[in-house]
Amino acid sequence: MSALSVFLGSVVMMATTYLLAGLGAVFGERAGIVNIGIEGLMLTGALMAVVGSYTSGSVWVGLLLAMLGSMLLAAVFACFTICLHANQTVTGVALNILASGLTVLLFRTVFGLNGMIPQIDTFEALEIPVLSGLPVVGAIFGQPLPVYLAFVLVPVCQFVMNRTNLGLKIRSVGNHPKACDTVGLPVYRIQAGAILFTGLMSGFAGAFLSTGQLSFFTEGMVAGRGYMVLAAVAFGNYSPLGVMAAALLFGASEALQYRLQVAYPVIPTELYAMLPYIITLFAICIYRRKSNRPVYSGRNYLR
Amino acid sequence: MKRICAKASGFFTAAVSILLACVITGILMYGMGYNPLDAYYQLFFGAVVGLSALSESVVKMVPLVFTGLSFAIAKRSGLVNLGATGQLYIGALCTTVVGVYVTGLPAALHIPLALAAGCAGGAAYGAVVGFLKNRFQANELITTIMLNEIATELVNCLVDGPMKDLDALTKFPQSKAILDSAVLPKILTGTRLHAGFLLALLAVALYGVFMKRTKWGYELRVVGMNPSAARTAGMSVQRTQLLAMLLAGGFAGLAGSIEMLAIQKRLMQSFAGNLGFDGIAVALLGGNQPLGILLSAFLFGMMSNGSNKMQMLSNVPSAVIYLMQGLIILFVVGRYLYSKKLWEGLIPQRKSRREEVRP
Repeated sequence: MSALSVFLGSVVMMATTYLLAGLGAVFGERAGIVNIGIEGLMLTGALMAVVGSYTSGSVWVGLLLAMLGSMLLAAVFACFTICLHANQTVTGVALNILASGLTVLLFRTVFGLNGMIPQIDTFEALEIPVLSGLPVVGAIFGQPLPVYLAFVLVPVCQFVMNRTNLGLKIRSVGNHPKACDTVGLPVYRIQAGAILFTGLMSGFAGAFLSTGQLSFFTEGMVAGRGYMVLAAVAFGNYSPLGVMAAALLFGASEALQYRLQVAYPVIPTELYAMLPYIITLFAICIYRRKSNRPVYSGRNYLR
Repeated sequence: MKRICAKASGFFTAAVSILLACVITGILMYGMGYNPLDAYYQLFFGAVVGLSALSESVVKMVPLVFTGLSFAIAKRSGLVNLGATGQLYIGALCTTVVGVYVTGLPAALHIPLALAAGCAGGAAYGAVVGFLKNRFQANELITTIMLNEIATELVNCLVDGPMKDLDALTKFPQSKAILDSAVLPKILTGTRLHAGFLLALLAVALYGVFMKRTKWGYELRVVGMNPSAARTAGMSVQRTQLLAMLLAGGFAGLAGSIEMLAIQKRLMQSFAGNLGFDGIAVALLGGNQPLGILLSAFLFGMMSNGSNKMQMLSNVPSAVIYLMQGLIILFVVGRYLYSKKLWEGLIPQRKSRREEVRP
């Protein structure tokens, strides 16, 4: 298999983590919820997946546990922002700090302080019969199942967001909650649903990070990817398709870092690591008024 | 009278939040098989009993005061500054450049120069956020996070490349040590307590005076409370928020600067840990008020100091304090939980005379 093919494979693999969480975040953002806590949600998901996979021996149980754990934390977020009118950004930050403590505590309780890294069940690569034999793009079709699932979800999400009643409701709530409330839409319920969906997908992303991309949990392993997801959503102009483009770009820059570190040690890898952030910064400035960013973003709707 | 009431309610919120966070953390610890009472005992005694423990808590408190002020001043103008981390790194970077490469200055000149460089660097980096917001309506939440990562990578890159100390024994990526003439003097022999503590007190006092007694501070508060009213009154919202970000960056830059000149002495990768985000907790718990910030910074400094002892003596991972800090922020920011209104809606009144209009 050629080097390019392997590279493309790792791009898709690394993009999946951003994509999964990004697809959740895009619905949250469109409903007017700014969720900085995705970092913490992903971290929780990553840990719960490993715990589930370790105790039950099945990676799918791990995934389920990861989704449940993240949704539970997302429910806390929803409770504080919607019922108690807490500032969304600050609540998100609190969630991140809380998760960084809670995961360490749980991890050490389950696995001990200086335990050996046990073998756990992880997502196996699944080769698609004909496509994986193709010359350059072959490695793209030899990925774990969640990778395909993530990319299949993109058009689904795009459709739901732009062509269905539900998507319309979500977008309206983000843009003008008062008008929605006047016509009788359950604003709070829609927002809570969007938050829970963000939690679900962040949990999936975290689970994929710890049991698909890697095969164990380390403390603080999300390492800023949650913030990258927010950047991907902003860079992708708050649409699922855009998020996919951003996720692929971020995945490529991450994959490139590892390759170039080996190939050209002269150029500091930090410069490549910086690249996605700089690009996002420019992108945000360029969108300006054409942005799909909801009008009522980040503010709590008070009845 | 009204002001006293407001102060009391702020204090009440903080106290109840801390208590609730402690209780919930305790229950979680108990559930995982640790002894919470022993852990809290070690946490508290490790942080305050004895001169060395107490002074170390104060040392940990100093950078938190500055990052807390950084969040607070931006918040008062209506902006959420999540960029303290980046501003802190840029401040530390500028300070290190001055502290290492500017030679032949007496301490009386070198220290202020290094501090000023850190402050200016942080302020400039903070001003970028304000500029992008004013010029391109770029949301400050995203820009600050992006700038954080850029600054972190920049420091990582520099200390592993151009600024790396090649004479050092280790191959660990770090800069050369700050020259002796730029090191902040200690103010208590036998401890690490340094002059930065006095600077922190000064900064808090200046913040209080600026907010309450100057025209700019007044404008800043008005802009934060009601931007359209401020605009009607002829104040420039954009300029005021830029000023707020400039000052916020300056405070965060000073945090990095002082940490560098007094404690770290060498620029290293990710030396600041969570200082930037902890500042948010400090500012919130302190209600963005000068005295409140000072007290809550001390509390967080205490926690971070005592947690090491707790980990050693009662085997509870020191990361527990993050759990506690997260919960404290949650309960402070969700302070509506303590308001009568919420509970009135949930608990049926005895003689429900008051239930007419509330939808």
